[in-house]
Amino acid sequence: MNKIGLIIQREYLTRVKNKTFILSTFMLPIVMILFIVGSTFFAIKSREKRKVAVVNDPGYFRSNMKSDSSSVIFDFNAVADSTNYEAKGYDGILYLPAVGSNKYELRSNKQFGLDSKGYIERQLNKAIENNMLEQRGIEKTTLDSISKASDNAVELNNIVKEKNGESRQANAGLAYGVGFGSGILIYITMFIFGAMVMRGVAEEKMNRIAEVIVSSCKPFELMMGKIIGIAGVGLTQFLLWIILIFALMSSLQFFLPAETMQQIQDAQQSQQGIPGGANNTMALKIMEAKTTLIEGVNWGLIIFCFLFYFLGGYLFYAALFAAIGSVINEDPQEAQSLMLPITMPIIFGFIILTSSLQNPNSPVAVWASIIPFTSPIVMMGRIPFGVPQTVPYWQLGLSMISLIGGFLVTTWFAGKVYRTGILMYGKKASWKEMAKWAFRK
Amino acid sequence: MQNILEVKNLKKYFATQKAVDDVSFSIAKGSIFGLLGPNGAGKTTLLRMITGIFYPDEGEIMLNGKKFSPENDIGSIGYMPEERGLYKKMKIGEQAIYLAQLKGLSRQEAREKIKEWFVKFEMQSWWDKKVEDLSKGMSQKLQFVTTVLHEPDLIILDEPFSGLDPVNANLIKDEIFRMSKQGHTIIFSTHRMEQVEEICNHIILLNKGKKILDGSVKQVKNDFKENLFRIEFEDQLLPEHTAIHLFQVISKNDHELVIKKNEDFSTNDILQFFITKGLHIHSFNEMLPSLNDIFIRLVEATPRARQFETINA
Repeated sequence: MNKIGLIIQREYLTRVKNKTFILSTFMLPIVMILFIVGSTFFAIKSREKRKVAVVNDPGYFRSNMKSDSSSVIFDFNAVADSTNYEAKGYDGILYLPAVGSNKYELRSNKQFGLDSKGYIERQLNKAIENNMLEQRGIEKTTLDSISKASDNAVELNNIVKEKNGESRQANAGLAYGVGFGSGILIYITMFIFGAMVMRGVAEEKMNRIAEVIVSSCKPFELMMGKIIGIAGVGLTQFLLWIILIFALMSSLQFFLPAETMQQIQDAQQSQQGIPGGANNTMALKIMEAKTTLIEGVNWGLIIFCFLFYFLGGYLFYAALFAAIGSVINEDPQEAQSLMLPITMPIIFGFIILTSSLQNPNSPVAVWASIIPFTSPIVMMGRIPFGVPQTVPYWQLGLSMISLIGGFLVTTWFAGKVYRTGILMYGKKASWKEMAKWAFRK
Repeated sequence: MQNILEVKNLKKYFATQKAVDDVSFSIAKGSIFGLLGPNGAGKTTLLRMITGIFYPDEGEIMLNGKKFSPENDIGSIGYMPEERGLYKKMKIGEQAIYLAQLKGLSRQEAREKIKEWFVKFEMQSWWDKKVEDLSKGMSQKLQFVTTVLHEPDLIILDEPFSGLDPVNANLIKDEIFRMSKQGHTIIFSTHRMEQVEEICNHIILLNKGKKILDGSVKQVKNDFKENLFRIEFEDQLLPEHTAIHLFQVISKNDHELVIKKNEDFSTNDILQFFITKGLHIHSFNEMLPSLNDIFIRLVEATPRARQFETINA
C-alpha cells in the first residue's frame, strides 16, 4: 500500500474506532428526535385551558364569541363577581364595558399566557366587527356563511414557468427548508471537521512524532492523508446519521400512541398556536421534505451538489486549518488569533445564507455563491430553489470551478507553510510570516 | 572500504543563521560515526538534510555512491530524532506496525519483526498498551525498535541514551555494536563524550555550522596529545630524580610522576634516565587527552552562545 493510503487509513480508523465518535454518532440523532418530538408533545400538552366568566354582556358578544375547548371557554351565564369567581371554578372574569367605552378588563389570579390573551382579544374584535356589520344591515346568517366560506379559503400556489413551456409548482417552503438545512449542515461541519484537522496537526507537532513521520514520507503526504482521512470520518458520520434518523423516524410510530401522533400531525397542519417557533418550523420543514415527494425538485442534483459542496468547502478550509495547526505551539490560545481570518468568511457565509434564502437572486447571494470562501454555504441555500430557473448553469459551473481552483490554491499554500511550521518550535508564526514561507523558493 | 554516505560542500542557511556552512565528510560502510558539536552547532539541521526532511541550499549528498533522493532512499534510512515522539493514544503494536509500513514493510513482515524485537527487549506484554502508559525510558526503547525495525543501511541516532538507565542503555549499546558488525552504518549524534569514546570509530566535530575536526578517534587523540606520561615507581622518589632537561614535572607524589616530555627526546631516553638512576619502574603510560578535553579546548576558543546574524545568501 502506498504511504498516503496508509496515512489515510490510520487517520480514519483511529477516529472511527474512538468512543467519542461512536457515542456522538448514535446519540445525536436520538437526542435530536427526542427534542423535536418532545417539544411538539409538550407544546400540545402544556397548552393552557382557561375558563372565563363574562359579565356585563350588552347582548351581541354572546352570539359572536366562540369558545375553544382546548384554550379558552367563555361562560356568559356565570353568576360571579371579582370576589368569588375563583370559588365558582373560573380562571378569570372578563368585564365588558358599557357601550361607547373600550375599557375591557380581565381579572385573574394567575397571569394569562400570550396565546390565551390573544385568543380572547381576537374573539372580542370579531364580536365587535360582527356587531357593527349587523348594525349596517347585514343579516347574522349571511355573516356566518361568509365567515364559514372564507375560513382557510386560500391556498397560494406559485407556478413557475419552465424553459420548455411546462409549468411546475414551486414549493418555496420546501426549498427554504432544504436550503437552510444543507447550508447549516455544511457550515457546522466545516467548523467541526476543520477544527479536527487543526487539532490533529497540532497534536502531531506537540508529540514530536511529526519529525519521525516526515523522515518516512513527504510532509505533504502527511497533511493530505490527515485531511482526506478526516473527510472520510465526516462522510461516515453523515451517512450513519441519515440512516439512523430515518430508521428512528419510521420506528417512532410504533412506540408512540396513535393519538399523540395525530396530535403532532394536527399541530403541524395548523402551525400557529405552537409556541417556540424556529426549531419547530425547521423540524416541520424537514418532516415535510421527508413525507412529500414533490415533482419539480431534482433530488439527485441536490444530493450531488450537497456532497460536492460539502467536500469542496471542507477541503478548501481544512488545508488552511492544517496550516494553522502546524504553526501553533503548546498554548491553544495561539490558535484563536490565527483562526479569525478563517472563521470570519465562514460566518459571513452563514449570514448571507439566511438572507439569500429570502431572496436567492440578489447580487450579494449570487456573488457569495461563486466566491469559494462562502460558496459552499450560500450555493446550497440557492440550489433547492431550482436549477436552472434560480441558479443558471453558468453560475453553478463557475462556482464549482472556482471552488476547485480555490481548494488547489489553499492546499498549495498550506503545504508550503506546513512543511516549515511542523518542525519549527518556539514562537508561533503570523500570517505574514506564513506567506513568506509559501513564496520562498 | 566503501563509503555509504558522502557529503560534499553542504550548505543550509536560515534567515538568521548559517546553520550548516560548507560541510563535507564521508562515512565508511559498517562504521559507527560520531557527529559531535555544542548546542546549536547545526547537527540537527545536518541530520535533517541527510534524512531528506530539509533540502540543502547547496552541495550534494551521495548515498551508496548514488545521488541521494529522499523519495527512493527513505526506506534505507532509520532516523531517531532527538525530539522524539509517538502517538500517545495509539496501541503500541499497531503503532510499530504503522511506522514500519511507512518505511515500506508489508504488514505481515512488520508484525513478525516487531514480535522478534519485543521478545529480545522483553516488551511482549506491551502490545495492546498505549504509549501514554509507558514511562520515558520505556517509550525510548520502543522508539529505538521502530527506528531499526526495517533494517536500514544507515541508522541515525540522535542522543539515543538520554533517559535510559544503565541496564537499558547497555542493551541498546549492544544492539548498536551488533548491527554495526552486520554491516549497518550508524551515525551517532551526542554531546556525551565518554559514550563517543566507547562506541565510535570515526568522529567529526561541528561548531557554528562548520566542521572543525574530522578523523578516527585514535587519530584525533594522537593529534591532540601533549606528550604527557604517567610513571609509577616501586621506590620513593627523591628531588634529584626530577632535575633533568628531558621533561617537565606536571605533578608528583611519593611513588608517581606525571611529566611532559620535551619534544627533542624520545620515551626511551626518559626510561633510560630512570633506569640509570636505579629506580624500579612499575608502569609507564602515555596520557592521551580525552575527547571531552579536546571538545572543550576546541569549542571554548569561540563564543559560548551562538549569535544571531543577518545572512545574505
